[in-house]
Amino acid sequence: MENNVLSYLDKIVNKVPDKVAFANEAEGFTFREVYRQSRSVGTWLHSQGCYREPVVVFMEKHPKTILAFFGVITAGCYYVPIDEEMPQSRIDLILENCKARVIICDAHTIEKARTFRFGGTLCLYDEIASTPEDAAALQEIRRKALDIDPIYIVFTSGSTGVPKGVAACHRSVIDYIEQLSETLGFSEDTVFANQTPLYFDACLKEIYPTLKFGATTYIVPKSLFMFPVKLVEFLNEHKVNTICWVVSALTMISAFGTFKTVTPKYLRTIAFGSEVFPIKQFRLWKSVLPDASFTNLYGPTEGTGMCCFYHVERELADDEPIPIGGPFPNTEILLLDEQNRPAREGEICIRGTGVTLGYYNNPEKTRESFVQNPLNTAYPEIIYRTGDIGRYNEHGELVFVSRKDFQIKHMGHRIELGEIEANVNMLEGLKLCGCIYDQDKGKIVLYYVGDMTSKELVAKLKDRLPRYMIPNYVEQLTELPFTANGKINRVALKERYASR
Amino acid sequence: MEEIKSTILEILEEMHPDEDFEHCDTLVDSKVLDSFDIITLISEINEEFDVTISADKIVPENFNSVDALAELVQSLIDED
Repeated sequence: MENNVLSYLDKIVNKVPDKVAFANEAEGFTFREVYRQSRSVGTWLHSQGCYREPVVVFMEKHPKTILAFFGVITAGCYYVPIDEEMPQSRIDLILENCKARVIICDAHTIEKARTFRFGGTLCLYDEIASTPEDAAALQEIRRKALDIDPIYIVFTSGSTGVPKGVAACHRSVIDYIEQLSETLGFSEDTVFANQTPLYFDACLKEIYPTLKFGATTYIVPKSLFMFPVKLVEFLNEHKVNTICWVVSALTMISAFGTFKTVTPKYLRTIAFGSEVFPIKQFRLWKSVLPDASFTNLYGPTEGTGMCCFYHVERELADDEPIPIGGPFPNTEILLLDEQNRPAREGEICIRGTGVTLGYYNNPEKTRESFVQNPLNTAYPEIIYRTGDIGRYNEHGELVFVSRKDFQIKHMGHRIELGEIEANVNMLEGLKLCGCIYDQDKGKIVLYYVGDMTSKELVAKLKDRLPRYMIPNYVEQLTELPFTANGKINRVALKERYASR
Repeated sequence: MEEIKSTILEILEEMHPDEDFEHCDTLVDSKVLDSFDIITLISEINEEFDVTISADKIVPENFNSVDALAELVQSLIDED
């Protein structure tokens, strides 16, 4: 049995060494290159004394970024991806949390990395990727590897304003990749087009099946997601047959009538998630690709990527949300009510190998959501409480109902409205603020009281929050509405917004 | 045309109050607008001017400046 994700690479490099594994519009890397460079990077990290510790990867979205991840794992370490579009204050919080000693950069990012509050070593990927490999050292690292060791830490929105680092181990990722590949029918013929950022868990869907099967992944240039015709042309040019994208990337294509100009010629597997797929848009896709399979995926980062799937096969009613179906094999979903009893409608809790290790260097937050299974008092068993409410419909399919808190999904990103408010409240001259989400138009709405114009507020906020968390509508008020027990009245803010 | 331009400017300024849209002709190329902005912009233009920007018109050249956007809207109105 595999106990390390790199076992996939070790096998496949002998089978299809000259096939392209990871590519973008300009450049591709064969499995032989992937193998060679990851061992060079691993050897270099080993020579720096890095072992069983986090290594930050700060590179632009590029196939080499993926190779850097493998290099970190080869050294027996775990990668922490950060992105050039993350604002400085967020990066400082991440560096402070994970306490890495090395940051791997590229020529585009190294200047910015020099401005970080960071006392460790900065290195350039291209320089370390030609280090002569130390085969004996790498073999020894692998011999000692355990499948409960972390493979990555990715950071997700935290309601107090501090991002939380979710650490996942080899065993969780292997379990996920095996089940996902079986469910979606990946094979050596699979050609992926990656849409999701490399600094979240979403890209696991392409990266590791590519190694497992000797498939190929194309990284789609981000700018194409503004220009639907060019995007579909890209898919056709590279004969892409499989995409696992956020819903908003799919609806961007269908909603503008792109299919009248160009249709995807090779697509046969379409997986989507993170948001509700509007049924009208879904039908447009289905009508141009009647023979393709469509699968809704559901799962939080804390459950290693995805934990539930639903093949859309039956006819859905106009007002029926696409179900999240049921768990992958080797995963169980518990629905628990407020008294922790199994219920038909309740909080979605995940049980299984996919449950990650917890929040890195954050025992308090970990204890809140990674808890002992209340239905098991006999031995230690951790489940993850998602904070999502689910129920079973009359077909026995699991359906997402709502959130227990103020977490939203916006353009595929998971955001705590509390994190936006916490960062707004830190601005000088700001007195009060309240954030709501306009679900229909997909807009983050912010009301505030303070001595600054909305223009100044937005400009300052851009230094603190990633772009996808910046409110899309900002209005200054002289006072905010409060509830009877003294909290900011979000219902009243929603009414105000609706009647503006 | 001037009227179309000022309406588009208003829409853009509501989206990003901190940006100078009037004097920029690289809105896409210098990443002032991202994919979410383009989607929002298209749906608001469609609503405001009662036109439909079809996929073949959604190309960088048409979105790089307020002038280019205004010309696009004008041509769509003329077509009707």
